[in-house]
Amino acid sequence: MELLRFITAGSVDDGKSTFIGRLLYDSSNLYEDTIASLVSYNQRRGQTGFDLALVTDGLKSEREQGITIDVAYRYFATAHRKFIIADTPGHEQYTRNMVTGASTADLAVLLIDATQGLLVQTRRHLFLATLLGISHVVIAVNKMDLVRWSSEVFQRIADECREFCQKLTVHELVIVPVSALDGDNIVVRSSHCPWYTGPTILGHLETVHVASKRNQIDFRLPIQLALRPDAEFRGYAGRICSGHLRVGDEVLALPSRRRSIVSGLTHSGRKVAEALHGQSVVVALENDIDLGRGDMLVRPGNQPMVAKTLDAVVCWMDERRNLTKGASYLLLHTTRKTKVSIERIRHRISVDSLHREDVRSLQLNEIGRITLQTAEPIFYDEYRVNRETGSFLLVDELTLATVAVGMLRFLAPSSSEEHSPNTLWDGSGVSLEERIERNGHRPLVVWMTGLSGSGKSTLAGMLERLLHQSGISVVRLDGDNLRHGLNGDLGFTDADRRENLRRAGHVAKFLFETGHIVLCSFISPLEAERNEAKEQYLEGDFVEVYVRASLAVCEIRDPKGLYRKARLGLIKHMTGIDSLYEVPLTPDLVVDTENEPVRSSIERLHDYVLQRLYSAEVQGNG
Amino acid sequence: MAEEHLSQLEDEAIFVIREAYTQTERLGLLFSGGKDSIVLSWLVRKAFLRGGIPFPLLHIDTGHNFTETLAFRDQWCEKLTATLLVRKVQESIDSGRIADDTSTNPSRNALQSVTLLDAIGELKFDALLGGARRDEEKARAKERFFSFRNRSGQWDPKNQRPELWNLFNGLKRPGEHFRVFPLSNWTELDVWNYALAEEISLPSLYFAHERDVVTREGMLLARSPFVTLGQGGSFERKTVRFRTIGDITCTGAVESQARDSRAVIAELTHTSTTERGTRADDRKSEAAMEDRKREGYF
Repeated sequence: MELLRFITAGSVDDGKSTFIGRLLYDSSNLYEDTIASLVSYNQRRGQTGFDLALVTDGLKSEREQGITIDVAYRYFATAHRKFIIADTPGHEQYTRNMVTGASTADLAVLLIDATQGLLVQTRRHLFLATLLGISHVVIAVNKMDLVRWSSEVFQRIADECREFCQKLTVHELVIVPVSALDGDNIVVRSSHCPWYTGPTILGHLETVHVASKRNQIDFRLPIQLALRPDAEFRGYAGRICSGHLRVGDEVLALPSRRRSIVSGLTHSGRKVAEALHGQSVVVALENDIDLGRGDMLVRPGNQPMVAKTLDAVVCWMDERRNLTKGASYLLLHTTRKTKVSIERIRHRISVDSLHREDVRSLQLNEIGRITLQTAEPIFYDEYRVNRETGSFLLVDELTLATVAVGMLRFLAPSSSEEHSPNTLWDGSGVSLEERIERNGHRPLVVWMTGLSGSGKSTLAGMLERLLHQSGISVVRLDGDNLRHGLNGDLGFTDADRRENLRRAGHVAKFLFETGHIVLCSFISPLEAERNEAKEQYLEGDFVEVYVRASLAVCEIRDPKGLYRKARLGLIKHMTGIDSLYEVPLTPDLVVDTENEPVRSSIERLHDYVLQRLYSAEVQGNG
Repeated sequence: MAEEHLSQLEDEAIFVIREAYTQTERLGLLFSGGKDSIVLSWLVRKAFLRGGIPFPLLHIDTGHNFTETLAFRDQWCEKLTATLLVRKVQESIDSGRIADDTSTNPSRNALQSVTLLDAIGELKFDALLGGARRDEEKARAKERFFSFRNRSGQWDPKNQRPELWNLFNGLKRPGEHFRVFPLSNWTELDVWNYALAEEISLPSLYFAHERDVVTREGMLLARSPFVTLGQGGSFERKTVRFRTIGDITCTGAVESQARDSRAVIAELTHTSTTERGTRADDRKSEAAMEDRKREGYF
């Protein structure tokens, strides 16, 4: 049976405990004696019936204070799936628990009180969930009975949520009107809201497709320990973080960089030919390259970053001391442990406004971006591509308590860096980080696709002007302009168009890597070509904008007279006439120049780009 | 394994067992003779391949045992070629460390904590593996995989280390120790399904058999030298099985016809009571387990 792990979070009074109680009760996951003990609890207080909220009330001190202190894990199953709930408290001072629960979850269920609307607390929860890499979000708008099941109230809250989520990496957002107290739309469909046609909470949880949060491509195996059960056998035990491994594969050991061939694999006590991510295995190698705890096996052709200078977003969890520059800690990363010092606190990220704030230190439950310097090199991937090799703990050297958790980002290495196989910069001097520092913004590629005459060049020109005026370093690449020089040797055959786009893509990449906002206006008619351009960038660094106008309208506009010529057969390979245009399947933004005035198109585009420039910063996304 | 999630749970448990072994100096396994510690010791043997179990099992013996439990315990340790250490609550009582429970419904369950902490000190364990699961009880729902215990052996729910991803901080100062729970994410049904899939034999107490029992506060307690009849009660012969195995004085039976694992699984799938509903020790108060855990209980 499939396993789905999700977190639940909400503010103090939005009925989260009742919600979970209801979910368990209505799906027949509560036992008679649990119910009986709840009934007797109420009886002792002179009340009848039982309170579903008490199902999840754990510790004595929590009952006394009427709050939840710690993450509680709950287990239930239906005929379709098994579920693990990490129930995280909404209380303000317990941000660390939300982060803890989110670290192993695939999906987040957030509760909103319909009478209160979207509060700061929910924004925090959304931010924290996405910061930890959860991209499936369910919002339960609770207490709908108290607003008389008003579709207007629901719609207003749903719109607010959707708007806020645009700033975050949310792949799927489902918003459900519920009443936990009465059981509407949690397991059983409500009869109070014929206007709502979406799924119930459980219906969605049972069927949602959650792509594995484990990276299936990049093979990484941190070694836990060497096993030598008897004189003949020597093997290395560990859990495969990501990717897979077969007997006969060549592997590279870090940090020694020695190579070997896999001669045997054991999983679950049995010899196997292949092992996958998530599995605890023992690997035997053809030649003895002497591995120990903290080493990592990878493939020679697919290596992680190796660095001593790390860029990370951290959540500070120590109440005794704040995080300050210069302090030193122990860093636990995969199975590796090393000393680390805090080089720099770059900024704090406001969990409420998502703004960057200049600070000297980070306090309990604060989130910030820092630079660390380790004593030994660390083998890592970006958190957003690999949770397992992109995460770490900081441990106080004296108390040995865990004081912070962190998520690694890609840091363009400086020339002093020991080794990095994915280096974008040849060590020529000025790094991307330095350029970002001076420009005051990150680079971004805005790829505008659409038919000839749809308005790409016009919009790009206006956008360039606006961004330039706000002091942003912006460059515009236009398909036609490039054909005058760099691509002057190319015609309009399929092969030439591909080459045209390939060159343009490389120029865009070069400009991006030197810190600019790159506005690309290319017809780029094929999805595959656009994807090829997109794949060169990390998520969040590339924005695909579909500039939409119907062929009929473009033909009427016909600013260069090309459509007329094509209709007359004077030119060939005209997109939309005798050459295919594939409408983008998943554009980040659609600008409809046919149905909206240019002024509102450019406003939306401008707003969106600013938002992306700014939000990519807070997502820990590069 | 047929079930994908059982395989995932096994991978997770083996990872945690290896982390505990490699991060600490003297590891032990708390062995009660119950199904959870049986499955746990099975997983330990898997984790170290032909190396067997590279650390001792520790049984805290209350003296109030089912005879079947001790017989099974010895057989099992022999089968796994595991070293078994036994420390007796009776000895703690004899040496004056603790006073026996002399109430009408006596139980040594809570007394075990003292014997256990003494054993940890004596044997210098810095970590003990335990078979506790988060689905058992509400205080356990908040447990970490690596549960930190201070120098007095106590659990402070407000002062547990944050545990994220698969990163376990097993660092500690002298005198502090860890309880490590590799089965944290398993449910009662998972344990049964796993035992069935792996063909792990479990003690006969878990399966339906005839036994003299007395009904006390809605629980069926087995006839033993330690369970005396109170006013009005009487022993009756019933077909019962146990869902948990602990101290004989506080472990209740349930009426059942499930004579093998498949029947038990079928029964559990349709059961309407919790596993620990048969434990008198948990029924003493709302926060019984939490209080015992604070004192250093399993």
